Amino acid sequence: MRHTLAVLVENNPGVLARVAGLFSRRGFNIESLTVGRTESHDVSRMTIVVDGDDQLIEQVSKQLHKLIDVIKVRDITAEEHVDRDLVMVKVNADPNQRVEIMNMAEVFRARVVDLAGKTITFECTGNEGKITAFEESLRPYGIRELVRTGKVAMLRGSRLPGAGGSWSAE
Amino acid sequence: MQIKLAEALVQCLEKEKVEVVFGYPGGAILPVYDALYNSTKVRHILVRHEQGAAHAADGYARVTGKTGVCMATSGPGATNLLTGIANAYMDSIPMVIFTGQVPTIQIGTDAFQEVDITGITMPVTKHNYLVKDPRKLPEIVHNAFHIASTGRPGPVLIDLPRDIVSQTIQFTDSGPMPLRGYRPTYRGHSFKIQEVAKMIKSSKRPVIYAGGGVLSSGAQDELLELAELISAPVTNTFMGLSGFPGEHPLFLGMLGLHGTRYANLAVTECDLLIALGARFDDRVTMKLKEFAPKASVVHIDIDPAEIGKLVNTHVPLVGDVKTVLKALLPLLEKEDRTPWLHRIHEIKEEHPLTYRRNGTLKPQFIIEQICRLTGGEAIVVTDVGQHQMWVAQFYKFHRPGMLVSSGGLGCMGFGLPAAIGAKTGRPERPTILVTGDGSFQMTMQELGTMMEQGLDIKIVILNNQALGMVRQLQQFYCEGRYMATNFQFHPDFCQLAKAYGIPAYSWNREEDVLQALPQVLATRGPAIMNCIIPVEENVTPMVMSGKGIHEAIEC
Ligand SMILES: Cc1ncc(C[n+]2csc(CCOP(=O)(O)OP(=O)(O)O)c2C)c(N)n1
Ligand SMILES: [Mg+2]
Repeated sequence: MRHTLAVLVENNPGVLARVAGLFSRRGFNIESLTVGRTESHDVSRMTIVVDGDDQLIEQVSKQLHKLIDVIKVRDITAEEHVDRDLVMVKVNADPNQRVEIMNMAEVFRARVVDLAGKTITFECTGNEGKITAFEESLRPYGIRELVRTGKVAMLRGSRLPGAGGSWSAE
Repeated sequence: MQIKLAEALVQCLEKEKVEVVFGYPGGAILPVYDALYNSTKVRHILVRHEQGAAHAADGYARVTGKTGVCMATSGPGATNLLTGIANAYMDSIPMVIFTGQVPTIQIGTDAFQEVDITGITMPVTKHNYLVKDPRKLPEIVHNAFHIASTGRPGPVLIDLPRDIVSQTIQFTDSGPMPLRGYRPTYRGHSFKIQEVAKMIKSSKRPVIYAGGGVLSSGAQDELLELAELISAPVTNTFMGLSGFPGEHPLFLGMLGLHGTRYANLAVTECDLLIALGARFDDRVTMKLKEFAPKASVVHIDIDPAEIGKLVNTHVPLVGDVKTVLKALLPLLEKEDRTPWLHRIHEIKEEHPLTYRRNGTLKPQFIIEQICRLTGGEAIVVTDVGQHQMWVAQFYKFHRPGMLVSSGGLGCMGFGLPAAIGAKTGRPERPTILVTGDGSFQMTMQELGTMMEQGLDIKIVILNNQALGMVRQLQQFYCEGRYMATNFQFHPDFCQLAKAYGIPAYSWNREEDVLQALPQVLATRGPAIMNCIIPVEENVTPMVMSGKGIHEAIEC
């Protein structure tokens, strides 16, 4: 099963290398990893999607927690949360197919960010399922280039990943 | 106060009560050596190879319980430390390592003697730092010592660019800064502790499986009390040896690959396995599925990641072994468990740990004599190979922390430099290095360090003229194709000793040992004893790979 981990880390140089190194060294597979700034300047937040059984996820979380630069690890998979992925996709679009493709993109609330003679570039955000569906529906036209940011996630309501939760610093 | 950063560094070391630094100088670390020149409190011991500095700091830490410190210059100096850092990491030894680095502006340019040592050591350090802001240095140094010595101990490296340590700063020692991502758990969960007490009470056949965590938390007294109170036999991992008295009736010796038959059988028959500061290493469990098949498992360890890593645990208990045992003991009652102890006695009688005497000089015999003459009280340092296993089997330790040996990494060459570190840390303790002819040749250049420091280390070479442990593997797994394990050239270790001015002896009969060993051990000063032993002697019992520990063979 796929798990989503919200990981708060010190905004130190090398922290990404430490996390990435840990995954490769221990043979854990990362499905996606995003990292970015947060509300406080000295904390970064990673959203890591890992595939594995409960035992593996527990081991991943515990190993992550051993890194000194990791402040908090929380498996939010089973908790109420919102998640978003962003995709940019450049698709083949002959002038006679343009309207069709753009109508289809409308269904996904994708936005056109670039238009060229033979291609259209879309931007689309949503949860992973939606993004994957959007990708699939463009595939028949011929995808020239595609890039996804990977998932970012946040708990619903006023709960914060820093408070409580599993495998936190005891 | 305006001072050079290198001087600030030395002041931080003094504040951390560092008395000894093992190291080797070079260009990038020059400013630090310059600052050490004026220190009256920090003694520097010059080794002959940086690997020796790391192993010496490691040996020092093992016998003193303090954090070992070593340093080297950038590039090759730093990479030479690597094996020693990995060794400390695998055995959870507290150590702080300083490396020189090229000036900040040259970092990333493949400058002369530049290596990315923080990158290289990431997998083998508990944490590491590249100092970029000189004002942060005091905080980093104090935090490094804090991290290295608390929780599950381990090595922490600090990389010092040359321009940074040469700067003059307004020095205020901030002391350590709180680390929000690092708060090790010492006290066990009280509900879990009660659960453990209940399991112990309802168990009929408990075994205590005690590892290195017992020694690093200083829990040997609590362990003894626990074992005697609940009448549970105790088996040690290799790292746990000396954490329980070697001659105690409840002691089962070491378990696993070369463990005693009775330790392995007791674990196989037990209904409750109490794991204390141990990590179910593959050399202990062998075939994991058949390890302690009838047992419920209680696992007490300070590292949460060790619990549930390899085996399913019925009661996981994160905490410091000593602190947890102190809380557990009052909840327990005296138990006799006569049938179980009777059974233990029976398997001990049926499968004693022995060896065959046949007139040749047997390594086991030598270890027994060393044990007898030192009363099990010496610091015994080993290298890696068959000789190491014979020490583990036949030296009956009476004092905690007296075995200094490379467990997790199994690092040949550890012996001599680690003995130098150990003797430096505990000069009052007799120190004996038991090494092999292969391992000794990996770091024997440190004889120079030993003599320079005037260290009284007795070196026993169990010389089978081979890489015995690998030769043994080839006998069992390669049908006797001895590829690259029988040395074709044998140095004269007595002549080598002479070059360093060390008294040396060569023995090949039991009588030689009986006659000369007491005298040599009783004489002050270093000595090298070259003991020629039969090449075909194997370490037994032995569990073949893929087998369960109850299936050990004796040969
Ligand atoms: C640095 C290193 N290289 C290789 C090995 C593999 N190895 C394990 S034991 C051994 C033989 C050790 O020979 P010696 O020191 O003479 O000890 P003996 O087994 O003969 O007692 C070797 C090569 C190792 N453990 N460490
Ligand atoms: Mg040998």
